[in-house]
Amino acid sequence: MAAAFSFVYYEAARAEYGDVVINEFSDEAGMRPVVFPHWFHRIRFRCKVCHGDLGFKFEAGGNGINMLKIIDGEYCGACHNGNVAWSIENCDLCHSGIPNTPTQVHHSTTQKLVAPLRPMTTDSAASEQAAGGE
Amino acid sequence: MNAVNMRSLAVLLIAGGMAVLAMLFLASLAEAQSNPNAFNRLMKPASERNAPPPEDGIHDPDNSGTHILQTPRESFDTLPDSNSGNYVDWNAAIDAGEIAPRNSIGDSPVPPIVLDLNIVREVKGSMPDVVYPHKQHTQWLDCSNCHPAIFIPQKGANQISMASILMGEKCGVCHGKVAFPVAECRRCHSRPKEQTAAN
Repeated sequence: MAAAFSFVYYEAARAEYGDVVINEFSDEAGMRPVVFPHWFHRIRFRCKVCHGDLGFKFEAGGNGINMLKIIDGEYCGACHNGNVAWSIENCDLCHSGIPNTPTQVHHSTTQKLVAPLRPMTTDSAASEQAAGGE
Repeated sequence: MNAVNMRSLAVLLIAGGMAVLAMLFLASLAEAQSNPNAFNRLMKPASERNAPPPEDGIHDPDNSGTHILQTPRESFDTLPDSNSGNYVDWNAAIDAGEIAPRNSIGDSPVPPIVLDLNIVREVKGSMPDVVYPHKQHTQWLDCSNCHPAIFIPQKGANQISMASILMGEKCGVCHGKVAFPVAECRRCHSRPKEQTAAN
């Protein structure tokens, strides 16, 4: 089991710089976590559009985004409405992450440190998050 | 031995040779993976940069949507290169007109308010001083993205250290996550200190 987890994290080290995994509610709801690719969006929009006009805070998992807000046109739903970008029926284009991947920014500086901040297992990362939230 | 047999013997020999080469190659791969003293064992090989989503390690290859997503490599092919991060120089890409990110959700013709103002921060130690260019930042961001929550817009009011940046505060809110990473020292520490008599 430990080997399986360490395999997942070895693989995780290859993800694209700036990809954000958002797993605030997905796992417990039986959905894959969301992977948000910054690179794709910054080609099309300046940072201020989401991080100003739409109110996204500069913090992975810090926005409390859920599907109700999205169908009401907030956050992702401001564009992913079939008008500016493809609409929310395409669940698995966003909910595309490997299950149990914790919320994080891929290749962020803290992940580049060889030790000790890199999470080695899903369990330890989850318990760290839980400890931080208390 | 007739000509046909000679030919089949030659084919056999070539095939055998290729099989041996393939086995040697596979053996060296296996050795590289199991070798505890492999060179750069914690570093990512260049061939794995900008991988397609099914191979990038965070997208689930068992998810059908994963295979529809665009591959970063394909997108970045025409964009100017850099040394780290996405390996794309995003500001050069805007300046060259390679990308034209919108300034609002709709395709509004209102251009961003670009402020051409450099702030020089004199730093401790031997490192060159930091030149902060508002121009490149306001191409992407509004004033209110940084001021006043992250940086108080007043000279001398902001205590910034590399330790806080590494932990994701101040410049580290973006640099080291989506903007070029902290290891690109000289892109910020870019103005040489004036030589003093002691030096």
